[in-house]
Amino acid sequence: MEEQAMLATPLAHAIGVWIGALLTLMIFSFLYKDNPFYKFAEHLFVGVSAAYWMTVAFWTTLIPNLFARLWPSSMGSVLPAVADNQREWQYAIPLALGLILLTRLVPRIAWFSRWAMAFVIGYAAGTNFTRYLQSDFVTQVQSTMVPLYEPQATTMATIGNIFSQIVVVGGVICAIIYFYFSKEHKGGFGRAARVGIWVLMAAFGASFGYTVMARISLLTGRMDFLYQWFTGANW
Amino acid sequence: MAEPEKKVTLIEKLGSMDRRIIFLLIGLAVLIPIIVKYSTSIPTSPLVQTLFDKVESLPPGSKVLLSFDYGPSTAPENQPMANAFARHSFEKGHRVYLMALWATGPRQSEQLIEEIISVEFPDKQYGEDWIHLGYKAGNQGLINTLLSDFTAMYTTDLDGTAIDEFPMMEGVESLRDFDLILGLGSGFPGTKEWVQFAGDPGDIPVGGGTTAVMAPLLFPYYPRQIVGFLGGLQGAAEYEYALVKQHPKFGERSRLASQSMGPQAAAHLVIIAFILVGNITYFVERARRRKY
Amino acid sequence: MKRTIPLLITFVVGFSLIVAMFVPHDPFHGLDSNFSIFYDVIAVFAFILGGGNLLKVHFNKVQNKRRDWKYSIVTISGFFLVLGAGLLKIGVPEGWSGGYQASGSLFKYLYDATFQPLQATMFSLLAFFVASASYRAFRAKTKEATILLIAAFIILLRPTPLGFYLTYWLPEPLKFLHIPNLSTWVLSVPNMAGPRAIMIGIALGIVSTSLRLILGIERSYLGGDSS
Repeated sequence: MEEQAMLATPLAHAIGVWIGALLTLMIFSFLYKDNPFYKFAEHLFVGVSAAYWMTVAFWTTLIPNLFARLWPSSMGSVLPAVADNQREWQYAIPLALGLILLTRLVPRIAWFSRWAMAFVIGYAAGTNFTRYLQSDFVTQVQSTMVPLYEPQATTMATIGNIFSQIVVVGGVICAIIYFYFSKEHKGGFGRAARVGIWVLMAAFGASFGYTVMARISLLTGRMDFLYQWFTGANW
Repeated sequence: MAEPEKKVTLIEKLGSMDRRIIFLLIGLAVLIPIIVKYSTSIPTSPLVQTLFDKVESLPPGSKVLLSFDYGPSTAPENQPMANAFARHSFEKGHRVYLMALWATGPRQSEQLIEEIISVEFPDKQYGEDWIHLGYKAGNQGLINTLLSDFTAMYTTDLDGTAIDEFPMMEGVESLRDFDLILGLGSGFPGTKEWVQFAGDPGDIPVGGGTTAVMAPLLFPYYPRQIVGFLGGLQGAAEYEYALVKQHPKFGERSRLASQSMGPQAAAHLVIIAFILVGNITYFVERARRRKY
Repeated sequence: MKRTIPLLITFVVGFSLIVAMFVPHDPFHGLDSNFSIFYDVIAVFAFILGGGNLLKVHFNKVQNKRRDWKYSIVTISGFFLVLGAGLLKIGVPEGWSGGYQASGSLFKYLYDATFQPLQATMFSLLAFFVASASYRAFRAKTKEATILLIAAFIILLRPTPLGFYLTYWLPEPLKFLHIPNLSTWVLSVPNMAGPRAIMIGIALGIVSTSLRLILGIERSYLGGDSS
């Protein structure tokens, strides 16, 4: 309880903000040039991140979804809600596969980890096969072929819609032609591929604009934090 | 003759400008609007409006799943979206389920609880109006599991209380029991996976918000597979605009994204200036090379 | 043992999941459900593997006193500090039955003071490099580059006051040329077509790769040892 009180006090909070601000400045120092402060912060980040993900996965998935199913009564002190549950033996399979995956750390028996990898790859292949086929292929083709004429729309809107829809259909076909390399890009096929490049360039331009927007938003977040730290508003 | 030479020198200087000067200018472009508290409002685009209308039109008591698939790295973009979705959902009387596909997600949902739910909606009851389910490993595999059996992975809430003890979990057997899934994403797994692994196979309405980097890649899903989405901070500001317009009671306090759009606009103008100057120096130098 | 069993596992798991999509009844439905849960649990071991690998690399660096080995001590110390704080639930008010991220816990404190600012700042650095790239590399050298530049300009202008003032005076019949409308059009028309073509291509690639994996034609994930 003493530790809890200590880390929840305003003083502890202020110290935390100062640590955060100094680490932020250490990272920003890279903009001038690479230096020991940046390297320190960068290496700390790597270690802290790995441990964070491991800890969270341990408490949120390994304990409630594996250990609590295999040894419910032993988990009573950590997870009282499951103490009276029945043991579910089938969860010995993911436990075994998980432990097998860890053999990758021991070079002599690292080949054993292929069994677990095979499960992961088989699962990803099986689910991706159907999901990508449905969402990113069949439905995309369906969505491209939509009616040009909408009865309720005004004349101007109808002209606009028809033009936009022609650009979408033509753009998709031409961009696919550009990615088709089994036939030489000459003549009409080459011209279509060229239009495909223009469509892709317009899309990449939009992506660039949005990327700039994203990065500036993140910088705004950090600058705002530093400004609040400098003025003492977030201490 | 001295005058043209001077001009060329300036162009040359601009062409070889130290990158640290560019860094300084962009830093100032962001910092100054923060100091002077410059903000802008962005009118709502059709893409955002359709999602807003969907949340608005759901009957009270509808189940809305809010998935926090991001972390501190993109919180300045995603957190205002979460705030706006939560405000809107609670205002309409929906039941909100908070979960995460990213391990860093629960801290972001806790921030929502601390700053929005506890402060603005203290009358909303935990377990009846909202629940914090937390993170589970598995990425798209988790969505696949939840689609067939929600409680197979979520046996407890974040604090370890058995899931069947909460009234709002009654009738939730799979993702198909939700009226709307709102994925707040910044990469893999994120909104795209919600469309692929839940929306399409389960015929569940999916919407959400993504970082601006991811946003252009989601357009092919709109409107058939995704109800609507917020693209980056601008999308969040547009949703805030629609929210305040429809529910004026939120007013100034719900303008987190709009406040950040001030520095955003200033930085955009500086970058546009960079591109223009960069191109002018390029064309002047090219013309000069051709001349000699 | 080294190749046949993994190939068999991949085939059975992959094939069952594809069949489950078309035959949503047991045993395939049950297999789909169970395999998904198993996959979620195995994902945790991947985190442990990642952590173990990180330690192996950095301990090795320290042991052999390789370049910048002193910083590896920082990585290892940070790793054990956060891992210990989280696994032992140090500072959690309710003890073992409390949440590992509870207010007052050392784990939460370390997250807020170190992980959160480090991750956020690391990503925000990119803003500076994007600005620098805009100045140095974003040139209208060709017709294609000019199209890219115009599209980017329209998107960048949208949230700025300049974007409004440049076109607000245009008459009603030319309203579609207002920057906000143009921006929406660029995003929902050419930006819809380009990524959709890429998406269709990627989908076909993933489908064919998945089939090759399930049928055991693609075996590169098994590594080079053929014994």
